[in-house]
Amino acid sequence: MVGPSGSGKSTIIKLLTSEIRPSEGKVMVNGYNINTIKPGAVPMLRRTLGVIFQDFRLIEKKNVFENVAFAMRAVGSSPKDVKTRVPYVLDLVGLSHKARRRPHELSGGEQQRVAIARALINNPMVIIADEPTGNLDPARSLEIMTLLERINALGTTVLAVTHEKTLVDRFAKRVIAIDAGRIVSDKQGGYYTNEQTRR
Amino acid sequence: MNRHVVRYYFTEGIRGIFLHAFSSFAAVGVITACLLIMGSFTLVAVNVQELVTELEQRSDINLTVDENLSDSMARSMGSRINEIDNVMRADFTSREEVFEAFAERTDPLLMVGLSPDIFQHRYRIYLVDVQFADETVNLLKALPGAAEVEFDRGLLETLLSIRQVVRMVSVAMIAALLIVSLFIMQNTIKLATFERREEIAVMRVVGATKGFIRNPFVVEGFILGSMAGLLAYLALSFIYSRFSSSLLEPLEIIAPISFSELWLPVFAAFVLTGFLVGVFGSVLTIRKYLRA
Repeated sequence: MVGPSGSGKSTIIKLLTSEIRPSEGKVMVNGYNINTIKPGAVPMLRRTLGVIFQDFRLIEKKNVFENVAFAMRAVGSSPKDVKTRVPYVLDLVGLSHKARRRPHELSGGEQQRVAIARALINNPMVIIADEPTGNLDPARSLEIMTLLERINALGTTVLAVTHEKTLVDRFAKRVIAIDAGRIVSDKQGGYYTNEQTRR
Repeated sequence: MNRHVVRYYFTEGIRGIFLHAFSSFAAVGVITACLLIMGSFTLVAVNVQELVTELEQRSDINLTVDENLSDSMARSMGSRINEIDNVMRADFTSREEVFEAFAERTDPLLMVGLSPDIFQHRYRIYLVDVQFADETVNLLKALPGAAEVEFDRGLLETLLSIRQVVRMVSVAMIAALLIVSLFIMQNTIKLATFERREEIAVMRVVGATKGFIRNPFVVEGFILGSMAGLLAYLALSFIYSRFSSSLLEPLEIIAPISFSELWLPVFAAFVLTGFLVGVFGSVLTIRKYLRA
């Protein structure tokens, strides 16, 4: 999903995660109707999503393993399941060897990979990545997008919000361009162009 | 609820206490002090109440029967006296018994030539509630055959006033200190939520339920409140056992109630109050936080 600042990208993410309710129209996410969802069902909806942020949002006092395990414990998983699944997901994002490190001991790319592992840990149906490469250099950005592509290939839908033209062009996925709260372009294998967002 | 989830609540609750140890222990200290003051006032009130009850039981009304009434009529008055609501019991003393009792305390030389006729039959009347003594005295005076009705309120009057004041002060103090305790607990939990705001944000994103986010804080409040209750109980039991005798004995009216009679209600009240302050304080705080 691409679009200029203020075009409504963050609002869409808030709608998808049920942080806000739609004022009009209908929003359906993984079988949940966001217009009518009950407060008690919001956590259940969020368990079907994995959210990644530009600023990583890792807990500084916890190491890599604990940061990922924390997301599993928060949904009531047993310690036994945590012990089995966390190493598997850390291996998937290539961070098994840094499981005992604290976030401040990692590079930006590594921190974002921890965030991806945390988003993946509860086996969500959709990963929502809000500017996942916003704080990373081009090489690390490519690395993160490649990882997300790999996750997508494994069967998880990935919705990435980004400003980075090069990355969008390179991966040539479905690109939804929005402006002023409206979809101005939705193309399979399309490319991010200034023309599209202006239309 | 799974065992490991309960264990998680307790582990996190205890971790929370040590994350902001100073404020946790300050909260325990202040709540202990509040409970101690509340408990002290309550125990003073309980002792005053006991004193009043004791004096009530000792207080009686003296009714002198009209001298013109025959013996049988004087005795039959008892049933009419007992019909009065506030009368617990009425003991009859004949003029002969009064005479004998008088003679026992008097020089025999002075009794020469005297007969029981100089005395009158009497009733000693015990009341259910001395607060209504005036009304009862009026009813007794209105009885046919009642010559004189006497009731000496004396110390009891003063004690009833003291009881009233102690009750009012105790209720006001308890209410004020409960509010202070709740406020302190809320502040402590507010600090705890601030310390763990990153964790809470992550928990919300990954789909933790409100209960799952809230319960470690409730456990933290419960532990701190119960600790305060326990400490206040230990402090009060020491202070009461050590000082109550020396404070009340000089009054020479009644011995203080022994702590062995009071420990269970005091213990239950303290731990329960501490528990409730802890749990309500944390629930109120985290509810506001989760709503935001």
